[in-house]
Amino acid sequence: MEILVCAKRVPDTSENEIALNSTATDIERDDLVYSVNEWDNYAVEEAIQIVARVGGSVTVATVGGEDDEEILRREMAMGANHGVLISDDAFAGSDARGLATILKAFVQKGNYDLILTGVQAEAGGAQVGGMLAAMLDYPFASLVNSIEVLEGRKLKIGREIEGGNREMSEIDLPCVLSIQTGINEPRYVGMRGIRQVASVKIPVFGASELGIDAVAVGERAAKVKRVDYFVPALGKGAEMLQGSREEMADKVIELVKTKGGLR
Amino acid sequence: MTARIFAYIPHKAGVADDAAAELASAARKLDPAASPTAILAGWGADLESACHSLCASFGEVWKIAHEALAYSNAELVRKALVKILPHGSILLVPHDHFGIDLSPGLSVKINSAFISDVVAIDALEGNSLNVVRQEFGGQVSTHVRCDISSGAVLSLRPGAFQPLEGAAVTGVVVDKSSDVGSLAAGRRYLETIIAEAGDVDITKQPVLVSIGRGVQEKDNVAIAQELADALGAAVSCSRPVVDAKWMDKSRQVGTSGKTVKPKVYLACGISGAFQHLAGLKGNPFIIAINKNPKAPIFQVADVGIADDLLEFLPLLTSKIVELRSIAH
Repeated sequence: MEILVCAKRVPDTSENEIALNSTATDIERDDLVYSVNEWDNYAVEEAIQIVARVGGSVTVATVGGEDDEEILRREMAMGANHGVLISDDAFAGSDARGLATILKAFVQKGNYDLILTGVQAEAGGAQVGGMLAAMLDYPFASLVNSIEVLEGRKLKIGREIEGGNREMSEIDLPCVLSIQTGINEPRYVGMRGIRQVASVKIPVFGASELGIDAVAVGERAAKVKRVDYFVPALGKGAEMLQGSREEMADKVIELVKTKGGLR
Repeated sequence: MTARIFAYIPHKAGVADDAAAELASAARKLDPAASPTAILAGWGADLESACHSLCASFGEVWKIAHEALAYSNAELVRKALVKILPHGSILLVPHDHFGIDLSPGLSVKINSAFISDVVAIDALEGNSLNVVRQEFGGQVSTHVRCDISSGAVLSLRPGAFQPLEGAAVTGVVVDKSSDVGSLAAGRRYLETIIAEAGDVDITKQPVLVSIGRGVQEKDNVAIAQELADALGAAVSCSRPVVDAKWMDKSRQVGTSGKTVKPKVYLACGISGAFQHLAGLKGNPFIIAINKNPKAPIFQVADVGIADDLLEFLPLLTSKIVELRSIAH
């Protein structure tokens, strides 16, 4: 099975406090720790496990710039066979539709049976995979938390629905699936593994190689545009306890008692 | 304002989803004079009764009855909607597991803009729609501007739009089924596997010590368990803890886990993503402990402690144990 995983390099929210820059046009990006989008990492692990069972290869692609190469190497150190950087000045400022348009052109240059994305990335859109599938006229399923390869170019998949229940379906290949966290346990990638792929040449594809019309992507084509960032003043917010750890603990006990939580 | 506004309403066992009132409220935000049209797809008596129940709140209810839609399959619903939606429509969809499946592909097929997981609608000026979204798990919000000259699909965050009190209307059901034609999909529903019950039923606990990613490693779950034992409470958790296999899925609070209604909820190392908060009902007293003073959980908690749970919880536990030993 030839599998393509679309991945993205994002600020790691478990490592960073996200703050706004001085003009509120972006988040403050100095000193941020970046990593591969968590959902995408599960997707790569799933692809590697499928190939280990049924054969084939895993290609990880990202749309971005030079800095984004590091996640391709990381995922190759994990076991992906190929990394591809899709990069062009014309792609800058693309909205989700633009990204899906770029990825569609890349998919059509290859011969993939299965395309995986993460359910969502840092902006929480959960949209590129579904758009890509529609553009390719492939079947699509979101929130996938299990994949079993069946005979006859089909998969049996589980989707995460409400209350921890799972919706099981059969889906024809080729298809696009968006992968939910928890589907597997992504393997650890050590420094040694990263070093082993440090000198691998990563191919770069631009708009002309992919036959993408520059007016169909990028900022000018984007119908959806972020105007600014802000931190919402939501409700009253929590009363933040002050003082020493001891004092705060005493206050918590008093509150829990008052609210009937200490039986 | 000329674009016609539609609301796609999921339904189950003959009952329209609670999202119906939220979508109607969002439609009024888009256009106070709007009379949004509900669209329901399905089959049989369940579809009929869901459609009729919405006639009290929507002027028109469009019904798509098709045997293939007996189970809601997003690809089939998309194909049906492509056939019946007028060009340039604005379609509102709940941002739930079905909306996530349906909306992005639908926007491509009807060649309209798509904005996902909208939490507020600011203003519609001509063809420019201004809405609010969140990024980074709710740590920051963004104003988003969208060109809706060729229509739009908006998926709306469940719970973000308060239902409005409105005068009851006498709506009519309009049968659109014959416009749909034959339906076939590359994905076929097989069955639903119901979540297994766990060793502890967190939905019945008056006090929950709930842990999130901040617990850092599996061995630290014991720190929360010790506090729960001292309080006579149970331990629940947020999604990352289940993803990491540190706790069983039956302990997860949230849209993809359990809905709980404790009196007191100690959120420890939980960031406060909306999917988690959606599982908290009954207005519990929330005490949040998180190292990150900007964590969104502090926006909804009653009391906040900006501290490392790995330091704070053991101290709290020892103080409670001490208190109990004095009392006995």
